[in-house]
Amino acid sequence: MKAHLAGRRALLALVAIALTFVSSTIILLLAGANPLEAFGHLLTGAFESPRKLGDVAVAAVPLLLCSAGMLVTFAAGLWNIGVEGQMVAGAVAATWAALAVPAPAGVMIPLTIVAGLAGGALWGLLAGVLKTYGHVHEIFAGLGLNFVSMALTNYLIFGPWKPPDGATMSGTDPFPEAAWMPVITGTRASAIPLLLAVVAIAAVYVMLRDTRWGLTLKAIGLNGQAARRMGINDRLHVLVAFAVCGGLAGLAGAVQATAVYHRLIPGISGGYGYLSQLVVLLSGLRAAWVPLVVFFFSVVQVGSPRLELRMQVDSSLGGVLQASLVLFFLLVNGLGRRLERRRE
Amino acid sequence: MLSPLVIDTIGSLVAASSPLVFAGIGEVLTERVGVVNLSLDGSILLAAMAGFAVAFVSGSLLAGVAAAMAVGALVALIVAYGSIALGQNQVAVGFVLTLLCADLSSFLGMPFVRIPGPTVPHWPIPGLVDIPVIGRILFNHNAMVYLSYVVIVAAWWFLAHSRPGLQLRAVGERPEAAYARGIDANRLRYVYTAVGGAFVGLAGAAYSLSVKIGWSHGHTSGMGWIALAIVIFGGWSPLRVALGAYLFGALKSLGSILQPTMPHVPTQVFQAAPFALMIVALVLVSGEATEGAARRRLPALLPVRLRRTITGLLRGTPPAGLGKTFQPD
Repeated sequence: MKAHLAGRRALLALVAIALTFVSSTIILLLAGANPLEAFGHLLTGAFESPRKLGDVAVAAVPLLLCSAGMLVTFAAGLWNIGVEGQMVAGAVAATWAALAVPAPAGVMIPLTIVAGLAGGALWGLLAGVLKTYGHVHEIFAGLGLNFVSMALTNYLIFGPWKPPDGATMSGTDPFPEAAWMPVITGTRASAIPLLLAVVAIAAVYVMLRDTRWGLTLKAIGLNGQAARRMGINDRLHVLVAFAVCGGLAGLAGAVQATAVYHRLIPGISGGYGYLSQLVVLLSGLRAAWVPLVVFFFSVVQVGSPRLELRMQVDSSLGGVLQASLVLFFLLVNGLGRRLERRRE
Repeated sequence: MLSPLVIDTIGSLVAASSPLVFAGIGEVLTERVGVVNLSLDGSILLAAMAGFAVAFVSGSLLAGVAAAMAVGALVALIVAYGSIALGQNQVAVGFVLTLLCADLSSFLGMPFVRIPGPTVPHWPIPGLVDIPVIGRILFNHNAMVYLSYVVIVAAWWFLAHSRPGLQLRAVGERPEAAYARGIDANRLRYVYTAVGGAFVGLAGAAYSLSVKIGWSHGHTSGMGWIALAIVIFGGWSPLRVALGAYLFGALKSLGSILQPTMPHVPTQVFQAAPFALMIVALVLVSGEATEGAARRRLPALLPVRLRRTITGLLRGTPPAGLGKTFQPD
């Protein structure tokens, strides 16, 4: 029976993938581009050199961290759309640490990590407080705070943290090298963030499956009122879930600043917060599937700039492919369930 | 009296708010029938791009507007089909569509970035424009802006006073009861989700052909979320949603007027203000917070009747069947 179900799931996934390619082909033909060439760039661009493969790891870090965080809030039935802003808050906090505290690398790197966690957690808590005490739906609280965080970054870059020779859109001055995460030779990837991201997703997997807190969150997610009647302090757990998710997103933002750009730039979150929402949806809210989906998304992420370089079409095709895969996955799943019901 | 400058500023904000009026009222229709179309931020973008591109290529404004409305309706129908027929989470489908449409607009709109194109021509309504003050505020615009007035009044009348409007509300509140009385609840949900989506698409055309002319990457981004928030702020009522759109437009243009006079305030404060404002507005209208605040803070300042009016104005309850699917059998 179980094998039968797994087979059906695989079939549905294949249908979703096929539909994605058909629709993307139509879109490419509309834009007057060669579909085969475009898919080639998207799917193989990441494998052309060790350096590009390293870039896959660079893209995977924020996706893994944000998805891990979002699994926690989703378990409690919360749609934390504010992950993007929580990344920014983490990056801002890490930048503050890197610019303000003179310290050797051995102190500085842990310090920026803690700052990122704290900054993101605080920004996440803000959305949580608006949700629990202000009765504002977390989607609107989170989105509003995303836009506010972007304005905050711009303010800092063009105000207090502007480089001595004038502020530009390229961001603050580079951090002192003590704050740079060391990279793996020949690539742009750093080992520390990758390790942290893998630990985070594994920890969330175990936490949701095996711990009491995981069970509590799921109870709140299924029915908050019932959980409250059973004596669970749902407000507190919701706030903690927001803080944990925000913290992991903040860590992702901090890593973007210290390991990737070595400075604070406008739009440092780079859309990874929104992209992770797609990752989590495509994983069916299950931690075990997240790494595979993250790998695929990162490959597309690294491949898509080649579209602009080699074919003069917009790199947003990568995003179209990712989002339409998730859309078809949702629709095909629903269709499968509907056919099942009809057969019974 | 009001100086001509002030009058023209008010006039320009009435015009600038017209896309938010279209999008807000479209979403009111959709949500009042019980469906949440969360895709607004993406569908407005895609519709704005499609509207501009089609008008540019065909040379016909009408074709552009029709294309934009078709895009909005189509996206809305995907949300409706995904939730009603396939039982998927409306918010999830809507959110995925938000991202998908935004990326699609960037990809397909690339040939149309920052090129001059057709615009809805300025057309002061003869006679009416000469009415003192009001004439220049309301009737010194283009056909798209006048259409927004018509949509406000028509949507209000339709929901409050027409028989199909009553059926729409019945489906949104209690689909099973409506079904028991012989109304095909899910069919109505498809119809009005599509109609609402068409107005959302019209908002896109209102941007690219009238208010923020042309096309660029992320041309209208953020506005869809504002429109969704205005629907809550306006308590799902067309008149109050329109009021919310104008209020938002007024505060935004107040910001751009104040900005040069306050050079010590960083410009980013004004960029963030609409969204901070959105959050504050939502805190204010959320039931418990308003009642509490009214009871605690307003009494010392205001007479009872006025206090009640204010609380009543700020509060709104969503349709009881909002976001809940219904399976007839």
